[in-house]
Amino acid sequence: MVTVLERDSDLRRRAWDAAASVVDPEIPVLTIADLGVLRDVALAGDHVEVAITPTYSGCPAMNMIALEIELALERAGFRRPKVRTVLSPAWTTDWMSEEGRQKLHAYGIAPPRASNSRRALFGAQAVACPQCGSENTELLSEFGSTSCKALWRCKACREPFDYFKCH
Amino acid sequence: MPSANIQVSETPLVLYALRRADDALVLGHRLSEWCGHAPMLEEDMALSNIALDLIGQARELYSYAAKAEGKDNDEDKLAYLRDVRQYRNLLLVEQPNGDFAQTLVRQFFYSAFADLYWRAMMASRDTTLAAIAAKSEKESAYHLRHASEWIIRLGDGTDESHARAQAAIDHLWAFTGEMFEVDEGERGLIHAGVAVDPASLRGRWLTTLSDIASEATLELPQNGWMQQGGRVGRHSEHLGHLLSELQSMQRTFPGQTW
Repeated sequence: MVTVLERDSDLRRRAWDAAASVVDPEIPVLTIADLGVLRDVALAGDHVEVAITPTYSGCPAMNMIALEIELALERAGFRRPKVRTVLSPAWTTDWMSEEGRQKLHAYGIAPPRASNSRRALFGAQAVACPQCGSENTELLSEFGSTSCKALWRCKACREPFDYFKCH
Repeated sequence: MPSANIQVSETPLVLYALRRADDALVLGHRLSEWCGHAPMLEEDMALSNIALDLIGQARELYSYAAKAEGKDNDEDKLAYLRDVRQYRNLLLVEQPNGDFAQTLVRQFFYSAFADLYWRAMMASRDTTLAAIAAKSEKESAYHLRHASEWIIRLGDGTDESHARAQAAIDHLWAFTGEMFEVDEGERGLIHAGVAVDPASLRGRWLTTLSDIASEATLELPQNGWMQQGGRVGRHSEHLGHLLSELQSMQRTFPGQTW
């Protein structure tokens, strides 16, 4: 016999899996769960409310992600799902899963490194090239193709690459 | 004919959020004017990214101001349907981009302040303001680093870049005093543990500036006469022109959405 509680946790699991399948439109190898953007999935009756947190204040992907979550939940049979944005605690790259870091690397983006050097000028940190692995790399620009990335170049293989910034 | 401008009930808390939001929006808009015009592609992207962060911060602050006001306004109305006299931003952020040095000096003065300001506001008793600050602080740290590196490159660069950076510092200095001014309403919020007392940041702000300026072989002016007025809606001529572009779509097609 299925108790109400078991049914609820099963439903919640299904809702979580549906929301967690949504990918970042800018970096489609990462799901919002890999990124740590998916914070919570709550059930109220048969309604689902999903909490997400923005990576950067102005990240234009957030609207798209919220829309994709609603679509994914509706496809999974949940009616009128809601997405709300939470600001606190503030998102950090520390929340990125190990699997997410590996996927980023395989995709050609250097994953974030634990860092407390955001205030150090002319950043002395070493970032390994995701193509050839060399640490003989240089920063071209602190700001890259999206809010979350910086532009680097490998001096060994001469390939430019994106680095997912620590945040 | 009724005015197309909205009315805002400026309680101290609404005004406090509006002032910070207006700073971020106006500076973000200024930086966005470089999009497609910056001296190199990497800088074009950097300035646009910083603009995006600032406009994102403005959105959070406007939404909060609208919520605190509790009327019919929202983030879009606050941004698009207030006239120049209703804007509460610092005069510094509305100053034109000028040359690249002027843009970066303006950014440096503001970011050195904002970085300290957001860090202090993380301790606000107002949980929404504290959350917005925690988010913005991470972004402003990057903005400050970017601007600082440019000030050093420009100041300690060629004779031409040095002269332009120094001229920008001399020109914009008079707009920095306003950052540390508070009125009576804001003083009340400071006592309540909601707002940050900017006077407490001035020493560290000056230290940041003088450290970078000395590495950049640039001189900071001695404290002189300071221009004020932005916080109460008395703006330079430049803001009206900026708003006429920023608001043109909503003014031409009221209520339109994408």
